[in-house]
Amino acid sequence: MQQVPTSWFLMLAAALFTLGVAGFLFRRNIVTVFMSIELMLNAVNLSFVAFAHQHRQVDGHLYAFFVMVVAAAEAAVGLAIILTVFRNRGTLNIDDVDSMKD
Amino acid sequence: MDLILFLVFGAIALVCAVNVVVQRHPISSAVSLIGVMGSLAILYLLLGAEFLAAAQVIVYAGAVMVLFVFVIMLLNAGTEIRQGQSFTVQLLGVPVLIGLLVLLAFLGRLLSRPETMVRFGDFHGGGPKAVGEALFTTFLLPFEATSVLILIAIVGAMVLARKEMD
Repeated sequence: MQQVPTSWFLMLAAALFTLGVAGFLFRRNIVTVFMSIELMLNAVNLSFVAFAHQHRQVDGHLYAFFVMVVAAAEAAVGLAIILTVFRNRGTLNIDDVDSMKD
Repeated sequence: MDLILFLVFGAIALVCAVNVVVQRHPISSAVSLIGVMGSLAILYLLLGAEFLAAAQVIVYAGAVMVLFVFVIMLLNAGTEIRQGQSFTVQLLGVPVLIGLLVLLAFLGRLLSRPETMVRFGDFHGGGPKAVGEALFTTFLLPFEATSVLILIAIVGAMVLARKEMD
C-alpha cells in the first residue's frame, strides 16, 4: 500500500491554479476566461481539502464548501453579465469590450 | 494503490486543465473543465472528503458546467481568433517559464519539511454527518450569510438577464 505525501496534492493544486491564471491572462474569449476562474477556485479547494486531511479537521471541508457555494452564485451572475454584454455589443472577445479604458 | 489513484487522476486533472487553456473552442474547454472537476472529486474521496466529493460532482460538474455549456450554446460562441503575438513573447516565453519553474522547485525543496502521508481511509471526518454538524454549529452564521448571498445572486441574475420590457 503505497502512500502519497500531502505536498503532492498541494503541488497539483498549485499547477492547476497556475494553469487557471495562464488561461485568465492569455485567452480572449470571455466565457473561457470565466472558466479559468472556476479552475482557479477548484485548485484552491483541493489545497483546502489536503490541509484538512493533514490536520485531521473538518474545517477545511467547510471552507471548500463555502467556496463552492460562492462560485455557483458567481457563475450565475457572471454568465448573466456575459449575456448582457453579448446582447449589447454582439461580441465575446474581451479586446472589443474596452470602453472603460478610454 | 493510493499512489496509483493519485497519479492517474492527478494526471487526468492536469491534462484536462492544460486542455482548458489551449483549446480554441469554448465547448472543448468546458468539456475539459468537467474532466478536471470529475478527477478532483476522486482526489477528494482519497482525502476522506466524501460529502465534498458528492457536492463537487453535483454542484460543479452538474449545475455550474451545465450553465456554462448552456450559455456557450445560447451565444453560439465560435472559435477564438488568434491574435498577433509579439516577437518577445515568442522568443522568451518558454525559457522564462522553465526558469521560473526551476526556481519554484528549488524553493520548494528548500522549504520542505518531513511531511504527513495520505492514506485512503485514514481520515473519516469528511462524511455528511460531520460536515453537517460543523455547518449547523460552528459555521452557522456563514451558512446563513451564504443563503442570503444565493438569494441576491438569483435576483441579480434575473434582473441582468431579463429582456427589456416596455
